[in-house]
Amino acid sequence: MSNMQSTTKTPSLLARALDSDIFYSFTRSPITVISAIVAFVMITAALCAPLISPQNPFDPSTLNLMEGFTAPMTPNEFTGNSFWLGTDAQGRDLFSAILYGSRVSLMVGFAAVGFAAILGITLGLLSGYLGGWVDSAVMRVADVQLSFPAILIALLIFGVFKGVVPVQVQDKMAIYVLIIAIGLSDWVQYARTVRSSTMAEKNKEYVQAARLIGVPAPMILLRHILPNVMGPVLVIATIGLALAIILEATLSFLGVGVPPTQPSLGTLIRVGQDFMFSGEWWIILFPSIALLLLALSVNLLGDWLRDALNPRLR
Amino acid sequence: MTASTAETLLSVEDLKCQFDVSKPFLNRVLEREPKRWLKAVDGVSFSIKKGETFALVGESGCGKSTVARLVVGLYDPTDGHIYFDGKDVHNIKSNAEIQTLRRRFQMIFQDPFASLNPRWRVDRIVAEPIKVFGLMSDEKKIKERVAELLTQVGLSPADGSKWPHEFSGGQRQRICIARALANNPEFLVCDEPTSALDVSVQAQILNLMKDLQDTLGLTYLFISHDLAVVRHMANRVGVMYLGRIVEIADSKTLFEEPKHPYTRMLLATIPDITMSGKEKVIMKGEVPNPITPPPGCTFHPRCPLANERCKREAPALIAVSGGQSVSCHAIEEGRTA
Amino acid sequence: MTNDTQTPLLSVRNLRIEFPTRRGVLVAIDDVSFDISKGEVLGVVGESGAGKSLTGAAIIGLLEPPGRIADGQILLQGEPIHNLPHAQMRKIRGRKIAMIFQDPLTSLNPLFTVGQQIIETILTHKDISEKQARQRAIDLLTEVGIPGPEQRVDHYPHQFSGGMRQRVVIALALCADPELIIADEPTTALDVSVQAQIIALLKKLCKEHQTAVMLVTHDMGVIAEVADRVAVMYAGRLAEIGPVKELVQNPQHPYTKGLMGSIPVLGADIKRLVQIDGSMPRLTSIPKGCAFNPRCKQVFDRCREERPNLIATGKTHAACWLYDNQDKNQDNQGNDQDSQDKREQTA
Repeated sequence: MSNMQSTTKTPSLLARALDSDIFYSFTRSPITVISAIVAFVMITAALCAPLISPQNPFDPSTLNLMEGFTAPMTPNEFTGNSFWLGTDAQGRDLFSAILYGSRVSLMVGFAAVGFAAILGITLGLLSGYLGGWVDSAVMRVADVQLSFPAILIALLIFGVFKGVVPVQVQDKMAIYVLIIAIGLSDWVQYARTVRSSTMAEKNKEYVQAARLIGVPAPMILLRHILPNVMGPVLVIATIGLALAIILEATLSFLGVGVPPTQPSLGTLIRVGQDFMFSGEWWIILFPSIALLLLALSVNLLGDWLRDALNPRLR
Repeated sequence: MTASTAETLLSVEDLKCQFDVSKPFLNRVLEREPKRWLKAVDGVSFSIKKGETFALVGESGCGKSTVARLVVGLYDPTDGHIYFDGKDVHNIKSNAEIQTLRRRFQMIFQDPFASLNPRWRVDRIVAEPIKVFGLMSDEKKIKERVAELLTQVGLSPADGSKWPHEFSGGQRQRICIARALANNPEFLVCDEPTSALDVSVQAQILNLMKDLQDTLGLTYLFISHDLAVVRHMANRVGVMYLGRIVEIADSKTLFEEPKHPYTRMLLATIPDITMSGKEKVIMKGEVPNPITPPPGCTFHPRCPLANERCKREAPALIAVSGGQSVSCHAIEEGRTA
Repeated sequence: MTNDTQTPLLSVRNLRIEFPTRRGVLVAIDDVSFDISKGEVLGVVGESGAGKSLTGAAIIGLLEPPGRIADGQILLQGEPIHNLPHAQMRKIRGRKIAMIFQDPLTSLNPLFTVGQQIIETILTHKDISEKQARQRAIDLLTEVGIPGPEQRVDHYPHQFSGGMRQRVVIALALCADPELIIADEPTTALDVSVQAQIIALLKKLCKEHQTAVMLVTHDMGVIAEVADRVAVMYAGRLAEIGPVKELVQNPQHPYTKGLMGSIPVLGADIKRLVQIDGSMPRLTSIPKGCAFNPRCKQVFDRCREERPNLIATGKTHAACWLYDNQDKNQDNQGNDQDSQDKREQTA
């Protein structure tokens, strides 16, 4: 339907975007709009954490032990300070901790998705275009990997990391290992999707027209096929972001994720569960809500994107 | 028609191409099945002179599109030779030489909706061959050339900044032609260029192709299932059935004095638009599965002239009269009706 | 146009089909009227997007939302059927009006044998025993020319070739003895040699059963072979309607003329095909007045302002101002000259 405008002059990119069917279907779905707002606010807040948060929760000099276990919205009995979401055992403001925590979570999430996508797209393009033994090899590896739960793979990679890397640098490198671990457990989806789209695209006549004039295979893959298989990848990446954030939280909750010196949402939840039944409910509740909102809103955006890009559902 | 003294541009000798349609290795082992081959093209020979239009016509599955793809090098033949301007195409090893050869031919495809990259603007699509062959390097000159090409096929230079989806089927086919002309080829392979188009648009495209042939001196290999279109476009015609050429002749001869029983039946089945009220002969049966073709002459189960010999022996293409060759035992033995 | 003495089998009156979109309402079919009498084959031709399939879908009540009949009537034997509830329309579908689609694979369920599908359809419409229905199914398969019907009745659709499958679909359409069959491009997916078989079959069966057919196709050749009358559609409107022989040999509307001239003919040596420049307008930009006016070589002021109704032009009716009384004589001669030229060329 987007080919309806037959105006002679090409409108600006913004005007075209606002006029597009995708934007239209976006405005027609209130849940999607709300998810987008929630996701946008949370991501912006996480990015601007140093500017917004009342304290730097990981600078010990700003913490006051006397303020530990302050309930939300109630003045502390010693200092009289009040905290929106309360404080934890060390008197750390939970709101600030959540902002900094989601920063780590998002950073790991985006990086892991990027890693998985690049790996998966490359392997998918190659196996779809070349076929033959390359295809068989990549897909068998994918099959094997899919028969293990993602969390096991991530734990395995972490186990190897702990055994191989000297203890002094473990904390520094933990976050990169986390990214690789999550990424490696998720590339299969990208590879499979890209492979099947590539096999469909490579037989289309525009690809044959390019082969005919001797365009080299890497160019055909990069310039012709890649742009045409990115639609589904975008959908998987969005849903994958939510999954990566949750997987990161799970790993951190299990204690194999980021070190306590740069806690993510998962670390905060793990710390909070110690106090769950002793009356300090807020320490686990608020990070959990933040994680839930972030994952849910990103997931809903991904769902919408999948439907909007699927021509059959339009 | 064309002068018969003109030199041969393309000649194809005993071209064969088979595809592996076997089940996956493991299934084959478990089910004890041998490998299965689809003989898409089974010994096809023809030659095309400079400036003429040679058409291959036949029903679906007869291998005519495979021949087109073999000729331009999209598929590799299992056997046989393709000579372009005297050179054996598959004997060329150096990359530079292959590119020099590639620059001299181009192809127009059937489906105008699949033959343009939907993520590229029209000017980039048309400019691609110019850049790949390094014909021009100056961006401004390329732009001028693209505008010239678009004008040549009946579009406006301003259309270059649009996306393919903004065009109708006929206009897209024009874009495909503009792209095909971008590297100044001498030889165009046209694989059912109008079968996806409406008749009035088909007329526009066929007229355009004829005009371009006149002005640029192009040589066409024209693939089609539509006999009337072939009659209109071609100088010489080859009729294909199950991977083989059954009859080859000048267009006029073929349509006025068809010899092979298949050609004759094919011509008789065409709906008669002039409504002259002549009696129709309807061909029985359907094209058999090309994986398991009938033995002998593959047409024998549908042929009214078939005898025992036809069931055993495959006939060879034999010249009957000036430029007309037929592969049929009945013609050879003179037992035509 | 209608035969006064009896009601036609199917009568479409001022049909208008709209598609509401966010950029406004698109009028896909605009003021289309025609009749089909008992046992008649009406060919509906037009280029893709002309609205011919849509008209067929509207008649059989299979218009896909958001498409809707915004105005006009569809009468079957004098009874309106365009506003029937779904349940009642289902009864008419199959019993009185049947449909044959382009792709025989989509109209057959791959999980059931063709016999099961035919028997089920017979049983929903007729009050006979299963055994009788099976016999009837075999008879039908014999009738549509499937060899060995006693065995073939228990085969699955994938065991049939393309042409045979389309024969099964025709048997399926015939099994409740419908009054009208809507055949939407029934031969487009088939090879030329098989196409001729199917056309001949359709023609024979409809004669024998006195079934009327609305044959929707883009192929003028098929129409010329089968149809009694032809309706030419352009941009959701009727351009010309009339007896097939007249319309094919002596078209009146400039569009029909162009269409006929653009078809390559076997028995002729034509240097250039007649060409209608441009392409059919998109539904979003149908021009004012006659929808064909921007492409018409004989266009004059009135065509750009007023939309022409079907005007009698001798044997056919054409929606063209050239045939309006005032300037009829003068222009008509010019046209005759034109078509004369064309025929001389083709002869």
